[in-house]
Order: sequence, then structure tokens, then C-alpha cells
Amino acid sequence: MTALDPLPSPLIQFANVGIAFGAQQVLRDITLSIPRGQTLVVIGESGCGKTVLLKLVIGLLAPSSGESTFDNRVLSQLADRELTQQRLRFGFLFQGAALFDSLTVFDNVAFGLRAKTHASHDQIAKEVRQRLGEVGLPESVEWKKPAELSGGMKKRVGLARALILQPEVMLYDEPTTGLDPIMSDVIAELIVQTRAQNPVTSVVVTHDMKLALKVADRVVMLSPLSRLADGEPQILFDGAPEELAQCEDRRVRQFVQGEAGDRLREMAG
Amino acid sequence: MAAAGTQKIGPIAGLGAMAYHAIAVLGDFTLFSIQTFGWIVRRKPSRGTLLPALYLVGVRSVPVVAVTGMFIGMVMAVQMFHQFDRMGMASRLGSMINITLVRELGPVLAATMLAGRVGSAMAAELATMKVTEQVDALATLGANPIHYLVVPRLIACSVLVPLLTILADFMGIMGGALIVTRIFGVEAHFYWQHSQGYVQMYDVFSGLIKAWFFGTAIGLISCHRGLNSQPGAEGVGQASTESFVASFIAILVIDFFLGLLLINLYEVLWGGAAASLLS
Repeated sequence: MTALDPLPSPLIQFANVGIAFGAQQVLRDITLSIPRGQTLVVIGESGCGKTVLLKLVIGLLAPSSGESTFDNRVLSQLADRELTQQRLRFGFLFQGAALFDSLTVFDNVAFGLRAKTHASHDQIAKEVRQRLGEVGLPESVEWKKPAELSGGMKKRVGLARALILQPEVMLYDEPTTGLDPIMSDVIAELIVQTRAQNPVTSVVVTHDMKLALKVADRVVMLSPLSRLADGEPQILFDGAPEELAQCEDRRVRQFVQGEAGDRLREMAG
Repeated sequence: MAAAGTQKIGPIAGLGAMAYHAIAVLGDFTLFSIQTFGWIVRRKPSRGTLLPALYLVGVRSVPVVAVTGMFIGMVMAVQMFHQFDRMGMASRLGSMINITLVRELGPVLAATMLAGRVGSAMAAELATMKVTEQVDALATLGANPIHYLVVPRLIACSVLVPLLTILADFMGIMGGALIVTRIFGVEAHFYWQHSQGYVQMYDVFSGLIKAWFFGTAIGLISCHRGLNSQPGAEGVGQASTESFVASFIAILVIDFFLGLLLINLYEVLWGGAAASLLS
């Protein structure tokens, strides 16, 4: 699917969403619609609110203004129990993997199954091994604690944990940050594979343009509010990945090409 | 945006902001406590979360509470013996040591040790989990962080602080008796005989009631501070420190008001006999 195809019904919608933490406004007036099955990549400078946007999608944060809806339900209006039910339709790969330190790899991956199903121990074990196998991890890691794993292994365990409940939506927060180029590509391949195996809708937040171009159906670029004039839209780009390089907005091209430009002088000034 | 962050405010506005912040924290803590008790009533915690909390709070605190309890009893014996001896009441020293321990020092001491040893650790652990997004991860996996993280810790503190208080009382009583009878040479028979008459069941009961409140306060305060920590290593350290300071203040405030309440309750239930409590 590309951004230009006729869009199926949107699964996730933001209508004029804004969020502030105390006096600090992070997102302003974001209107966005993500159809089922699309892989949307959100790029932008550090501090522009990409992770906050991801947490708004799943209802971990509530917007200060506007509405975020998932499957036609306004998340901020849902009771706790219903919100929890809706969240189970998501898988979330956190930036640092967010594995539970006190649990083994096996228990981390099995967590969702134990919490939300009545599967037997054997079924859980089979499912956990299958997921770990899918992300390329051997059975020998099962009884290790997260502290004993490398960054790449943690991310893969996090991915296995996120996928175990077969989510309809996958959210990836900086999936390749801190990884070497080969492991970054492994993670990118896993994202592509995940979508090929299951019809998931994905939102990927990243700085990594190689990853973005590899997995995206559509790219949205956000700007930090501090770099915008009053009333200027925070979304600088919304389109197909191949259009990024030809974008007329200098700020988008600068980000895509990774050029400092006169930023150093601005910072010094 | 930037201007709002660096705007200078006057002393009156600063005072107002502090008061507003304090009220907001108090309100948030109240809501947090209500939610936690709501979860305790709605769904019991799993054994997998409760047993480690009981082990951490209870089993691993036994040596610390036993040693400190014993030394407090011994220190009291050393400090009070000569005054009592001068009045010819050395054999009655046990009654003073024991009642002080059972009614006041046992519960306060056990709770203070727990606030320092367990409360700070719990706050730091939860703060680290928050900073590393493990709390968010729990929510995305369909687990409620209050039910999964707070309820087992609160139950462990509420149940085990009274039990640890009994241990601290026992060790303190034994420590005091050891010093008075073995070091200062008071006849053990008279020491225990005089001790017996002064400590009533109501004293033990009031000490344990206090301990339950202390444990509950430690559990709630530590978990609340941990889950509301600021980001970064500094935030984790601050949550841990704030947890101990707030728990310690809460222990002393609860001790004062519960002390008054329990003495008055005794008077209501058993009339003028309250005077004996104050003797």
C-alpha cells in the first residue's frame, strides 16, 4: 500500500490533539488519520514529541486538547477496564525495550499470555519459544535476566513480548537506537516480516532514515514547537517516503540528509 | 513557551505556588490511596507478586529489626538502671522498659527501620521502573500498575510491620532483661514478677494497631513517591529520599494522634483506669 492508494477506514485518528506538561507544550493541533494495515513512520528532531504521540495513540497519556480515537472510540472517555481491553490490541516496543528487570526472558515474553489468557504452562512455553525463534533468539536465553542481554537481544525480546498477544497495532519507539548497523537492519527486517506475517497497522517512531525508508508506507515529520512560528503547523511533511527527498520544505530536506546547516551557529547564538 | 519556563515570580506568588503544589500532591496521594484500596477489594494479588513482597519486607528485615530491638532494650536498661537503683526500685525497671517498648518504641522503631530499609528500596525500584518505562510496559500488557506493583507491597507492609513489631518488642524485652539481671545483678525472679503486672493486653494491642497504620503509611507513601518520581538518576534518588522522610514524618504524626486516641479509647472503655496507662 502507498500513501496515494484509496484509504481504508482509519483505525487511529487524532483530531486537533495537543498535549502540555505543566507550562511546556509538546504537541499542538495535530490532526492525523492512520488507516488499517498502514505502516506510518514518524520522524523528527529530538524533543519534537514523537514518543509522546506514540503514548497518546495507546492511551498511556491523555491529550490536553483535542481527541484521539482508536477504532472510533475516544480513548480519554473510556473507563479503566475498557481502556485496558483496548490496549491489549496493541503491541509496544519501547525505546529501551522496558523489559521487567526482576523477570527472566521467558517470564517477560510470557507476561501478556499469563495476564490475559488461561493458557496452560505447556501452551505458554510453546508460544514463547515460537516468538523467541521468530526474532532469532535461541532457547538458551530463556532463563537469562534482562541485565545479562545485549542491547540488540533486549530489543528482540521486547519485540517477542509485544507480539505474543498477536496485536492489531504495533507501536515501535526508536527501535534501532543504540544498535549497530547490522542489528539495526535485523530489527528493520523483523518489522517488515511482522507485517508480512500478520496484517498489522504499525506506527514507527525513529530518527533512522534507513529504517524509515525500508518500512514506511507513509512518513510524517514533526517539528519541535520551539522551532515554529505561532500558528505554523507542527507536521512539516505527510506523504510517501519517496517524496521526502523532493520536499520543498528546507527543514525536511535538511533532516533527511542529516545536515547541520547553520544549526551550530544558532545554538551558539 | 520558553518564557513561561523562565518567568520570575514574586515571593507571594512563590508561596502560593508552593501551597498549590502541596495541595495537588495531597490530592493525588488521596486518589492514589483510594485506587489502591479499591484494587485490594476488587481483586487479590497473585502469589507471584505477593510472595516476593512478603519475603522482601518480612524475612529480609528480621535480622535488622531483631538486632535494633535488642539493643534498644539494652540501652534503655543501661540508661535507667542507676536512677531506679538509687530509688531502690531496680527490680521494677522491667515494667518501665517493657511498657515503653510495647506501647511506643517497638512499633516506632520497627516502622522506622522498615521505612529506611524497605520503603526507600521500594520507592527506588518503582521509580526506576517508571523511568525505564517498565510501568508503561505493564499497562500495555493489560496489567494495572497499581494492582500489580502497589497492592502486594502495601499488603506486605501492612501485615508484616505488626509482626516485626512483635519481634522488636520481644528482642527489646529480652535485651533489657539480660542487662538488668545478668550485668547489674538484679534477681531475675523479682524482675519478671514486677514486669508482669504492668503490661496489659491493651498495651500490646495499641502497639500493634499503631504498627498496622505505620506499615500502611510506609507502603502507600513509598509506592506513591516511586511512581511519581522525576526522570533520571537524580529523580530516582530523590524519590527514595522523599519516601523515607515522608514516611518518618507520617510515623511520628500518626504515633501522636493514635497515642491520644487509644488512651482516650481506653478511658471510654474502662473508665478511670486510663490513669494507670499514663503512670
